Amino acid sequence: MNVVVCIKQVPDTEQPIRVKPDGSGIEEQGLNWILNYYDEHAVEEALRLREKHGGTVTVVCVGPPRATEAIRTALAMGADEGVLISDPLLEGADHLGLARALARAIQRLTWDVVLCGRLATDDNAAVVGPALAEFLGVPQATAITRLEVGEGMARVEREVEGGAEVLEVQLPAVFTVERTINEPRYPTLPGIMRAKRQEIRTLTLADLGLAPSEAGAQAARVRTVRFDPPPRREAGEVIRPENPEEAAERIAAFLRDVAKVL
Amino acid sequence: MREIWVLADHAEGQLRRITLELLGKGRALADARGARLVALVLGHGVEHLASPLAEHGADGVLLADHPMLASYRVEAYTHAMTEAIREHRPWAVLVPSTANGRDLAPRVAARLGAGIVTDVEDLWTEGEQLMARRPMYTRKAVGIVAFVGEGPHLAVVLPKVFPPADRQEGRSAEVRRLAVQWEGVPVRTREVERREVRRERVPLTEAEIVVSGGRGLRGPENFALLEELAAELGAAVGSSRPPVDSGWVPHDYEIGQTGKTVSPTVYIAVGISGAPQHLAGMSGSKYIVAINKDPNAPIFQVASLGVVGDLFEIVPRLVEVVRRAKASG
Ligand SMILES: Cc1cc2nc3c(=O)[nH]c(=O)nc-3n(C[C@H](O)[C@H](O)[C@H](O)COP(=O)(O)OP(=O)(O)OC[C@H]3O[C@@H](n4cnc5c(N)ncnc54)[C@H](O)[C@@H]3O)c2cc1C
Repeated sequence: MNVVVCIKQVPDTEQPIRVKPDGSGIEEQGLNWILNYYDEHAVEEALRLREKHGGTVTVVCVGPPRATEAIRTALAMGADEGVLISDPLLEGADHLGLARALARAIQRLTWDVVLCGRLATDDNAAVVGPALAEFLGVPQATAITRLEVGEGMARVEREVEGGAEVLEVQLPAVFTVERTINEPRYPTLPGIMRAKRQEIRTLTLADLGLAPSEAGAQAARVRTVRFDPPPRREAGEVIRPENPEEAAERIAAFLRDVAKVL
Repeated sequence: MREIWVLADHAEGQLRRITLELLGKGRALADARGARLVALVLGHGVEHLASPLAEHGADGVLLADHPMLASYRVEAYTHAMTEAIREHRPWAVLVPSTANGRDLAPRVAARLGAGIVTDVEDLWTEGEQLMARRPMYTRKAVGIVAFVGEGPHLAVVLPKVFPPADRQEGRSAEVRRLAVQWEGVPVRTREVERREVRRERVPLTEAEIVVSGGRGLRGPENFALLEELAAELGAAVGSSRPPVDSGWVPHDYEIGQTGKTVSPTVYIAVGISGAPQHLAGMSGSKYIVAINKDPNAPIFQVASLGVVGDLFEIVPRLVEVVRRAKASG
């Protein structure tokens, strides 16, 4: 069972995030870059598959050179190998472009399952997983909360409106994982030491046989033209009622007179 | 003018509320461009949906009605939707941001090489360009995104950001049937089981009022307090993350970065401190009422009405007051 995990390096949202005054992006100074939270769950799930079925876990990441740190986090958790797709020509690519690059890299590996996080916490797009499945020509299931692999197929569970569904999906396949699928392990000290020494292969678009017109800015069908700071909410009133009765009356009055829902 | 489409989401033979919301927005976009608004329906036995779609603003209804589409399977739905788009070349397609919409739209976009924007909170045109607004970075920034090129443009739109279209009784639409070729279409996914989580009232993402509990509730039994309040208000119950992690409520209650995004008219946060990851899921609410005993809780910085006090004393009284108000009102 060979598992490929697609990972992304994202800014830690625990830290303040500020939009540049000219709206061209966010201030990168002082950002703490981490492995996308959902991808930790994807790595964990891959490691569990390997523990159960044997095989390898390869992590693939698209990003600038600093993204090797996210790969090292995954290696320290126990992944076998890391590949970084890094190319200035990918600047301005959209999610389909990134998925195309990932698909090319993955096509060169031997694999049964590709795992991704449900979304990346920087842009929340949730586009790469299904797009990747399309480019690889395999079935998919997104935001899964359970994964069991059998002979040539997987049984997965996903949350849908009003409940959950259990699906059988033929392998090879792409799955994106929800956070409740598992509890990710911490990297161990020996893991961290090993990850530090490990070689990480870096691939350019040319290495993947992709032209910038296929995956770069020219191929992009969407472009973020501006970043704005979040809308400021009207600072409301904070009250300290004398007693719970008064509190309840004030809330009810608000619901009736201001929000008009009562 | 090329058409504007809305992918109609339906369940148990009925349109979901979000479909009506997208019809409202789609109608406005279509009117601004002098274009037709068309609803695309994928399913089996869905003909009866044509008339409510027409009454809520669709000029045309495209039906892909086939046993292969009886329940959502990504490959069959991708095939039918891309065939429809290839044949009719709409300019823009509005897709509901539901579990299946989010599963389907990116795959369709990939097959068509079409631009896609998810988590859309607003849509408008600038000249010939379709523009979208979406929250990013845990709502610490807002992205303004332009669709590039000729389209089709796929916008996956969050629930509750647009008001539902008004119903105009007797309004009709041209109904067209799609003849989809099914030969050679792989369907390598099979549904083996579906479990309904019975919620008494409206779904969380569709609710007008959400009553949400946090760690301050101290235990699963106290969610009964919120259920009671929600029952009086006709609200849905949600939670912050700790109650989910502690197993007090299932994950589908969770609101925030790793949960759902809700934008109700009123969000009542009970015993929730207001961490950025929680705000990411609810700060789009029109009004926020917070009950918290800590006057310095960050939730008060975003609350329209902040009430400093003990939730265990306030919530039961609030239930009574609301009950009385309804009885007299
Ligand atoms: C990557 C990541 C993703 C995350 N995603 C989410 C997410 O999607 N959603 C989410 O909610 N969190 C998320 N979190 C967690 C988030 O950071 C906070 O820890 C969480 O929101 C806190 O939940 P809380 O407000 O219920 O609990 P606390 O922060 O512990 O607050 C409890 C509040 O209850 C008040 N209180 C206690 N007793 C009473 C009483 N008797 N009466 C009135 N008030 C009382 C306290 O004053 C306090 O303000 C995420 C964290 C990370 C790192």
